[in-house]
Amino acid sequence: MPADLTPAVPALTIAGLRKSFGSNEVLKGIDLTVAPGEVIAIIGKSGSGKSTLLRCVNGLETFQHGTLEVDGQALAQDNAAAMRALRQRVGMIFQSFNLFPHLTVGKNIMLAPGLVRKLPADVLLERARRLLERVGLAEKFDAYPDQLSGGQQQRVAIARALAMEPMMLLCDEITSALDPELVGEVLAVVEALAKEGMTLLMVTHEMNFARKVSDRVIFMHQGRVHEQGPPERLFADPQTAELRQFLSSLQ
Amino acid sequence: MAVELDFAAVLSQWPLLLLGVAWTVGLTAISASLGVLLGIVCAWVASQGPRWLRPLVASYVELIRNTPFIVQLFFIFFGLPAAGVRLSPEWASVIAMVINLGAYSAEIVRAGIQATPKGHIEAAASLALSRMQSFIFVVLPPSLQRVWPALVSQIIIVMLGSAVCGQISTPELSFAGNLIQSRNFRAFESYIVITVLYLALSMGARLLLNRLGARVFPGAHRG
Ligand SMILES: Nc1ncnc2c1ncn2[C@@H]1O[C@H](COP(=O)(O)OP(=O)(O)O)[C@@H](O)[C@H]1O
Ligand SMILES: [Mg+2]
Repeated sequence: MPADLTPAVPALTIAGLRKSFGSNEVLKGIDLTVAPGEVIAIIGKSGSGKSTLLRCVNGLETFQHGTLEVDGQALAQDNAAAMRALRQRVGMIFQSFNLFPHLTVGKNIMLAPGLVRKLPADVLLERARRLLERVGLAEKFDAYPDQLSGGQQQRVAIARALAMEPMMLLCDEITSALDPELVGEVLAVVEALAKEGMTLLMVTHEMNFARKVSDRVIFMHQGRVHEQGPPERLFADPQTAELRQFLSSLQ
Repeated sequence: MAVELDFAAVLSQWPLLLLGVAWTVGLTAISASLGVLLGIVCAWVASQGPRWLRPLVASYVELIRNTPFIVQLFFIFFGLPAAGVRLSPEWASVIAMVINLGAYSAEIVRAGIQATPKGHIEAAASLALSRMQSFIFVVLPPSLQRVWPALVSQIIIVMLGSAVCGQISTPELSFAGNLIQSRNFRAFESYIVITVLYLALSMGARLLLNRLGARVFPGAHRG
């Protein structure tokens, strides 16, 4: 992507972000800047706020304090139209795939670009076929989601998100619901995206994958970015006791 | 004492019977379409519509579900003229049936909507669909599919309930039966014929609506 044309504008800037559910403060001041094309792996214990952070980025959760900018555009939480504009730029893949069960694979992919971007039918068709090919499922255009394996469904979900041509993808434990033998096919698609320059923010438990693909690893602990750095350094030489403990608990 | 059956005396009145069948089918078709539509709108209000409308819709649903259909019909036909609204029996029947089915289908559709996985709604939102687009294209179709059998049953209940509309002389099937037996005094045969016709209509409607459901909702959950 044309990262070099706009070198000054980060893909994502989060400053002082605080988020509470009732009286339970879940994010306690997050500061994070993501460069265009950067691949970020977010790791941390369950309940540390990883999902909530991702969901704040595309407005699935609202936050109480702080600012969040996507591509230099401040997020306006109380402006529905602005949120929809933002969501066209930020795609999200979920742990549970969330394909629409009543639509074929092709229609799952074409729904949003058709409704939101109002693209003509031939463009939609061409785009859906191209994306399905890209995730290795060209022959599944007319299949229904429940006719696919979990790994195939997740790859369709990725194609569906890409159909909106987002500048950034949020991935929340997208392989956690998969049988071990299906994890690889999904990660391969994500890795290809990373190589093509997609900005990625991914919560993952696949440490080998994080090590291999990410530019930066962020360790979250109790609602804060507790430690971060390039994967080689972070995994080999954790600076905090909490990260050391987290990493050793995975062994 | 052997009963001597004379069906010819009833069947010779076939134009009346045919008219009755046509009215019953017509009333049912119109009230099924408009009633289910009304139910969908009410279910939308109840699940994500404007808050100020919700008590209104809830009151309507409760009022209709807790009063007899015949009272609703009589209110519209005999009661409303006092308020200056004078309706033909046929219009009163259609309106009563739409209002009645609307309330029941609102509850049925709402149950279907409530069973929507939260993740589907979030996926729609994250794809930049508006709330209305999400409701119409993502939430509603699987919800209707889930509750289709219940909707079909309710439509048939309303069809059978339309027999009451004969009481205000809408020329539907039971009205035809009453008229025929009052002319030829063959009550037994008349009501046997009417019964058979209602049975056939119900079974036909169920078959048709099930087929329609299978066509409209092809992505049936096989799991
Ligand atoms: N919708 C919600 N309502 C109330 N509390 C929530 C909600 N979602 C998450 N939480 C709480 O926020 C905290 C962080 O959750 P989450 O972001 O899902 O963590 P992670 O993804 O790191 O496991 C947890 O304590 C969780 O119970
Ligand atoms: Mg999580």
